[in-house]
Parts: sequence; C-alpha cells; structure tokens
Amino acid sequence: MAAENRIANPPAIEEMPESAPAPSGRVGRILAEVRRYPLFPVVLLLAVMVIPAIFADWIAPHDPKLGSLSAKLQPPAWMEGGSTEYLLGTDRVGRDILSRIMHGARVSVMIAAIAILIAGVVGTTLGIAAGYWGGWVDGLVMRLVDISLSIPIILLALVIVAATKPSMATVITVLVLLMWSRYARLVRGETLAVRVQDFIARAQVSGASHRRIMLRHVFPNVFNSIIVLATLNVGFVIILEATLSFLGAGIPPPEPAWGLMVADGRVLIASAQGWWVSLFPGLAIMLVVLSMNLLGDWLRDRLDPKQRQV
Amino acid sequence: MQRYILIRIGQSILTLLVLTVVVFSLARLSGDPLDVLLPLEATVQDAERLRAEWGLDRPLHIQYLTFLGNALTGDFGESLRVRGRSAISLVLERLPNTAALAGVAVVVAIVIAVPVGVLSAVKKDTPLDYMGKLIALFGQSLPAFWLGLMLMWVFAAQLGWFPVSGKEQGALSYILPAIAIGWFQVAALMRLVRSSMLDVLDSEYVKLARIKGVVEWKVIWKHCLRNAAIAPFTYFALIIGSLMVGSVSIEFVFAWPGVGRLAVDAANTKDFPVVQAVVITFCMVYIVANLLVDIAYAYVDPRIRYN
Repeated sequence: MAAENRIANPPAIEEMPESAPAPSGRVGRILAEVRRYPLFPVVLLLAVMVIPAIFADWIAPHDPKLGSLSAKLQPPAWMEGGSTEYLLGTDRVGRDILSRIMHGARVSVMIAAIAILIAGVVGTTLGIAAGYWGGWVDGLVMRLVDISLSIPIILLALVIVAATKPSMATVITVLVLLMWSRYARLVRGETLAVRVQDFIARAQVSGASHRRIMLRHVFPNVFNSIIVLATLNVGFVIILEATLSFLGAGIPPPEPAWGLMVADGRVLIASAQGWWVSLFPGLAIMLVVLSMNLLGDWLRDRLDPKQRQV
Repeated sequence: MQRYILIRIGQSILTLLVLTVVVFSLARLSGDPLDVLLPLEATVQDAERLRAEWGLDRPLHIQYLTFLGNALTGDFGESLRVRGRSAISLVLERLPNTAALAGVAVVVAIVIAVPVGVLSAVKKDTPLDYMGKLIALFGQSLPAFWLGLMLMWVFAAQLGWFPVSGKEQGALSYILPAIAIGWFQVAALMRLVRSSMLDVLDSEYVKLARIKGVVEWKVIWKHCLRNAAIAPFTYFALIIGSLMVGSVSIEFVFAWPGVGRLAVDAANTKDFPVVQAVVITFCMVYIVANLLVDIAYAYVDPRIRYN
C-alpha cells in the first residue's frame, strides 16, 4: 500500500521537506536564525497581509474601486511625475495601487482561509473515516484522492469558468476540489498509525462510540499535522488564486484582487509605459507566500518533526 | 508486474471517465446549449428541430454516452468562435507549439537544477548550499505569470534583447517564456536532487568507489548522480502537471500561439467545444504520461509494485 501511495501521489512541492541548516558562515547563520525564529516571516506577514486585510477600510488612502481619470497612470511617488498622494502610483483608470493592494490582501486572506477551512474539514473527515474504518470506505476515498490528484486543476477551473460566471464562490470551489485530497491523504495515513495504539483499543473496550473515538481520540492526534499542512498550503493557494484571477478565471473585476491587478498592467508592460501597475501587487504576492512558507517550515519543525527529512 | 500494469491502466481509464463525466455535467450546467447555437430570430419550430438534430431531447445518460463516443473519436463539435473549424483541429494545430515550449522549459530546468542540486549536496552547509536554498525558496514563492511579466519588462521592453511576445523570432522568442515556465521546476527539482544526492553520498558503494581511488568528480557525477536520479524521475509526473499550469498562464502572458492560450481565450469567450477539446486532450496527455512514468519506474525499481 505504501508503494502504491508513493507512485500515485508524488510529494507535492510545498510539502517537500527541507533540512535545517547547521549554521556556518554568515549567510548560513542568518538563514538559520530566520528559520529558528518565525519573527521575520511573522513581521512580514503582519505588514503585507494581516494588518492591511483587517484595517484596509481605515488605512487605505483612497477608494480601491474608484479611480480619478485626471490621475491615471501616475508613477510611484519617488519617480519623476509621481506625487505623495499616490505612493505606489495609479493604474489606467486612476485607481491608487497601494489602496488596491491593501484591499486585495483582504480578498486573498478571505479566499485562502475559506478554501483551506472547507478543504481541511472535508479532507480530515474523509481521511479519518478511511483510516478508521478501512475496507471499502478506505478504497473509495483513496480512489477519489487518486483521481482528484491526477486531474490538472487549472484546466478544470477553465471549464468551470466557461460554464459559469467567474466569482469568488467558483474560485473557492476550484481550490477546495484541488486541496481536499491532500488533507485526506495525510490524515488517513496518520489515522492508520493512531488506530493501532493501545488507547484506542481501551476506548473501544470501555464502550465509547465510534464517533466519539474518532472525534475525541483520533482527531486530536492528527491535528498538528493538519495545521502544518494548512500553513504550508496558504502560499500555494494564494498563488493559485492569483493565477486564476490573472487568467480571467478567478475574482471578477473591479474587485481588487492581486492577480487581477497584475493582469491590469500586462499590456502596459509589453508597451513599456507603466511597470508599477504589475510590479507591486506581484511583490505583495511574493512576500506573503515567502513568509507563509518560512512560517510553515518553522511550524513543521516545531509541531510535526516527523514530516521533516534531512 | 503485468498485474500492476493492468491495475494502473484500469485506474487511468477510470480517471479519464470521471473527468468526462465532470466536463459533460459542467457543459450542461452552463445552460441550454441551444441558446448559443440558435440565431436570435429562430422560431420555436427551429428550436425543436435543432434539439432533435443534436440529440438534446434524449435522456441525459444517452447524451453522455454519445458525448463519450464522440470524444473518443476526437469529435468535440465545431468551435463557436472560429466558424467552420472543428474544435479538435484547433487544438492539434497548436499542440506542437506548446510541446516545443514545454520541452525547452524542461531542458532549462534540468540544466540549472541538476548541477546546483548536486553541488549543494556535495558542498552541504557552505554558502553555495545556502544560495541554492535561497533560489529554491524564491522559486516557490514567485507566481509564474508575474515572473514572466517581469522578465518581459526588463529583457524585452527595456533592454530589447528578446521579443515581447509571439514566436516569430525563432529561438530568441523561446527563451523568456521557457525560463518563466521552468523557474518553478528548478526550485522543486533542485531540492529533490539535493536530498537524494545526500542519501547516495552516504552509501557503501560510494565509499567503495572512493577507496578504490576513483577520482572525486567521477564519483559524484557518475556513481552518485546515476543512482540519485531515480527519485527525481518519479517527480516527472508532477512536472508535467505544473508544466501545463505554467504553459497556460505563460502562453497567455507572452501571447504564445499554443494550446494554453487557446484554452484561456476559449474559456473567456464561452467557446465550450474548444474548452472541452483542450481539457480532455491535456488530461489524456497528463494521465498517459503518469502511467508511463509509473510503469517505467516499476521496471527500474522492483520494490515499487503492487503486492
């Protein structure tokens, strides 16, 4: 069975473990410090994502959807022709890039949180059921996992978009369809290991119902792994959502989504008239994903050393 | 072995079937196909006639079987956007462009990832190793479409070294999109090569080779790399998957005349037959590639088989 898993489910990229470096040399020491304490990623996350997402309404200097045509395509403040009113410049319809990035953080946070929550709940439920019951339940769930892993999801997203209107709900559906199987696979494996332990047998003997055992005895034991996977998944989800929005298959305009903002500047890049429209939202994506990956690595080392390899 | 191959083939067919069911149901979800097919001035009689002609009055499962039968023969109907062209012909016409770009991207990824991965394993915990780690970290944090745009901005729009879009300028036009697609694979491949090299460097036969007095570069690049290459090899299936994702968004960025761009355009203009043709073709390529990798892998490494 282990062999089957190894073949059908090659390790996903964001789950690929990385070794903890032994500090040597300056770069190495800095990297090692960064990895040991999550301070750096946490600060970065707070600055780029969490604070803007919560306080966008109060701290954003302009309306994210309303532009003024007299201020269209203003370069960033430090460039010639830029003004301090629009720190990161404006787009083609005169909307403030900084304000849109702040509101975009809210969109990204919301989508990532909802998608991961639903996928986590569905995947965990199915994973525990499969691992606990075994037999045909296990067979069915694992087959579904295999199938879901072998369908290139971005194409499915395009089909869904062609069939329905792009909306936040569509994006979340696509992300959940992609993600649930990862949780199911992980949780099933962990459940298999937990199920054979003594305390489960004792709970059974003492007359606990299956439901209670799964909820009170199995679930707490697989929880850490789920949290680690969820953290490592955030960056991946954000990139995927941005890609879908960029392709017109995600968040519909005029919503301030990061991927959509990059798409707004696509034509300007090709004709070399406004690099800032695409550059800054992309930087925001990169910083958030980078810090989430660092945080996830750190959490994995702390909570779930089993997932780590050399 | 035969049993294993048969099971894997069965699984692949099952996956394809599920996929066709999903695509078919989504097509029906999108509303009455007649809305798209009929001209505005059509009468109720016209609608009825067309409904019968297209078999839309028959029960759903019969419709599905018809769809499946047609799909198997590559018949997805005519494109709604490009009149008079069958959807599949549009896809097949562009497939070579996509394959060529993906091929160059894989080569770029391997050429960068393998040496860096090997060196960072050999020189573990040196600045070189940390450099590799930084590259990997950034590689996984950069959205491919954005990287593509930034490359376009710097090297095409500003410096003018490469064309901004299209593939008219031959070899030059491949470079930027191939880097943008390959970048993500570099990060993943590099980490894989590094970790499997570390395993191999520790093994007895490598020690033996050293004791025998084989020169170090030969130990590393011949003895180690050959054995370390197996693990990244399984990863190939995943690479194909992310190559597809990459080619969809990067072809869109660089206006590359490939299948990915066709899919995006078709989806945005609701050209459903073309979307179906692209998705089923791509998934077939993906599933068959996966199958071949698994079978090849089972030959290479006999431990990996069904009991």
